[in-house]
Amino acid sequence: MSHSHEHHQLDLSDVAFSYGPKLALSEVNFSIHCGQRLALLGPNGAGKSTLIRLLAGLLKNETGSINWRENPISKARREIAYLPQVDQHQRHFPLRVRDVVAMGRYPHLGHFRRFGKIDQEKTEEAIATMNLGEIAHRQIDQLSGGQQQRTYIARALAQEAHVLLLDEPFNGLDIESRCHLSDSLIDLTKSGHLIIASHHQLESVTEIFTHALVLDQKQVAFGPAAEVMVSDAVKTTLHSCHPHQHERVL
Amino acid sequence: MSEFFEIPIYQRALLATLIIGFVNGYTSAFVLLHRSPLKLTALSHSLLPGVAIAAWIFTLGVFSAFFGAVIAAIAIGILTVLLSRVTKISDDTVLAVLYTGAFAVGIMVLQKLGSNQDLENWLLGNILGLADLDLWMSFGVGLIAVTMLSLFRRSVVINLFDPEVAASLGIRTRLLDYASFAILILVLVTTLQAVGCILAIGMIVTPAAIVRPYVSTPEALFPLSGLVGASGSALGLFLSIQFGQPAGASIAATLAGLFILSVIVRVILPKRA
Repeated sequence: MSHSHEHHQLDLSDVAFSYGPKLALSEVNFSIHCGQRLALLGPNGAGKSTLIRLLAGLLKNETGSINWRENPISKARREIAYLPQVDQHQRHFPLRVRDVVAMGRYPHLGHFRRFGKIDQEKTEEAIATMNLGEIAHRQIDQLSGGQQQRTYIARALAQEAHVLLLDEPFNGLDIESRCHLSDSLIDLTKSGHLIIASHHQLESVTEIFTHALVLDQKQVAFGPAAEVMVSDAVKTTLHSCHPHQHERVL
Repeated sequence: MSEFFEIPIYQRALLATLIIGFVNGYTSAFVLLHRSPLKLTALSHSLLPGVAIAAWIFTLGVFSAFFGAVIAAIAIGILTVLLSRVTKISDDTVLAVLYTGAFAVGIMVLQKLGSNQDLENWLLGNILGLADLDLWMSFGVGLIAVTMLSLFRRSVVINLFDPEVAASLGIRTRLLDYASFAILILVLVTTLQAVGCILAIGMIVTPAAIVRPYVSTPEALFPLSGLVGASGSALGLFLSIQFGQPAGASIAATLAGLFILSVIVRVILPKRA
């Protein structure tokens, strides 16, 4: 599972998106590469989820370009994994952990190709990497939030994705699960993945992420997390809007 | 019961019950995972005016009934979306208004057409009176429905579990939704003739609910629901002949009884570790 993809770069140039007449996001310009962990910060409605959905291919940017390895990101679906918020999935759906992880093989298989030996191996490897062996036979809705999050990361690994897009991955997790998840994200970047996650908890940004992008319907700041978090403009944006959202964790 | 097999009308009814029971059972797995039985109830009632108006304009035949039903279902579907958008009233409410209205129109048109027997057949079905063409139609539709749901099961299941993840994995979710909707209408229309538009819901919802407490994967849920649908419906047909009850009602009641039994057995049985 080891990658050496530091030259694999994601470039966003002047990206904008509107929901009907309402401009949700504009003037987004940044570049980031494999091995880095990017936190998307900003108040509610700032455009964090919109940006994640643009990167996941669920929305199409109206202006600007999103390139992955110098090609439009739409050509690289297989390399991008999207992990929605944990509670967004259907409850009581008859799927085991192993089935959910195996979904990651879909981009390699399509509708008809048989689930073969290599798919089996990749699935088991992902289960082992995320330490899910003992619960691989359990139903997905019987798991804790932390275990579900690990299952979805394992699905991304089975997909052999280089980029992991996570929507509020730390929401609803207990302290122990938050620590495990943060360790997992760090391990993933060590093995060459690029992590992009929307995040609410300001106190933990510099501990978990290498870079930060602050949004408020447009790009307010981007750079190494330690620098971004002490800049004045960022403090104004993040603390003045919804201070109650930002709780201390870890 | 041995004479049952010697009478051609019962042989035909049994064959029809097995085919329709299996196809509905198989499809019920999709309905259960899609969580749409109430929408499906609305849909099945919406088919009636289509069938009635087609019978009014043309003569009532399997093809006119079929196309009438499909057009009615699509019209109600589109109207629901449009009116809900214009009025800002929830689509569930608009759908409830439209389907009861459409159902009422269907009843009145069938009444105007004449015999009460026709009306009763479309409301309650007539599995003993199916013609050869009806049987072939059920078989053809069943084959298409089961084949499509099997071939595309991988995409269908991911889409049902999480449509956004499905889209991010490259699955064409909207196309899949339309195709599934078309399959549901096809199955409903062929079931309509056998057990009527109200009891059809029992056949296309209950089998998967009977099986669900015992299975943990979609791979098991689809075929087992088909088998339970076929065998449960056949049992219902036997009971209807034995006790002189209408076949459609007996099938729906038997399936509902099996569901209760399934839940009781699940509760009594010790859970596996």
